[in-house]
Amino acid sequence: MSVRTLRGLLAYLGLGIVFGVVLIKSQVVSWFRIYEMFRFQAFHMYGVMGTAVLTAAISLYLIRRFALHAASGEPIVVAPKVLGRGTRYWLGGTLFGLGWGLVGACPGPLFALIGAGMSVIIVVLLAAVAGTWVYGAVRPSLPH
Amino acid sequence: MTLLTIVRQPWPWYVAGPIIGLIVPALLLVGNKSFGISSNLRHICAAALPGRVRFFQYDWRDAGGWNLAFALGIGIGAALAMRWLVGSDSIAIAPSTRASLAALGIRDFSGLAPHELFTWHALATWRGALLLVGGGFLVGFGTAYAGGCTSGHAIAGLADLQLPSLVAVVGFFAGGLLTTWIILPKLLGGW
Repeated sequence: MSVRTLRGLLAYLGLGIVFGVVLIKSQVVSWFRIYEMFRFQAFHMYGVMGTAVLTAAISLYLIRRFALHAASGEPIVVAPKVLGRGTRYWLGGTLFGLGWGLVGACPGPLFALIGAGMSVIIVVLLAAVAGTWVYGAVRPSLPH
Repeated sequence: MTLLTIVRQPWPWYVAGPIIGLIVPALLLVGNKSFGISSNLRHICAAALPGRVRFFQYDWRDAGGWNLAFALGIGIGAALAMRWLVGSDSIAIAPSTRASLAALGIRDFSGLAPHELFTWHALATWRGALLLVGGGFLVGFGTAYAGGCTSGHAIAGLADLQLPSLVAVVGFFAGGLLTTWIILPKLLGGW
């Protein structure tokens, strides 16, 4: 591995650490917070997501407005997603949501919870990896 | 009040949200990478057991090395926060949420997740196994099918005004509402 690759990986590791700290400190990794959100009993989660989207949207606008380049030198391009018939988005999204409500965590928080010391979440992560594997295997016969 | 005691309190949404939002441009500015965690599940499959599945036949080091480093960072960051930045406070959920959970038999609010459901002991019960393994499987299957999770669709996708992401997020919520209002009461409260 070259020094440049290693330095790049360290930058992503560092950003991951920032994300992990925020996930814990804002409590969005908590099953209780997800349950509370789906019961519409607090504004907290909606506030976190809403301001995250707003901040990211303004940032993307500025990146495009000033045609910024990445530190690696290449121009920044966000590939547009193609809707198609949309089946994969609503059906896949709903299946994901069913699981999200049960375990109270999406993939980012799963890594955070393991780091936070909840060892049983390793089983949830392995089950999620299995779910992704099964999707990959049956993908050719699913409607997208 | 010192800075550290302020940092040790739970962070309000208007602090946490913008920091999370800034990770989207940070990843783009470092190396033109799109924010999204769930691809790591695919990279783990591609690295560990690709089999003969075409979906997993690609160079995972090249495509996903950066993202696996990011995910490792999330775990490290969470561990650091738990060790040095967390006060004694428990999760301050709404009183109405506590009441509705108590009705379902969940009364321990001291951890990040209910002790009644998220322990190795709970995994040995059919309810716990169904929740942890079934829920995890649906998260992994659904996110691969939808091509993204909360980070990729709900944050990065919506911020980029992508219609497919909006459709996916509506699905996330439809599924989550179904679980919270119908499946969880049945699973926890008895049939």
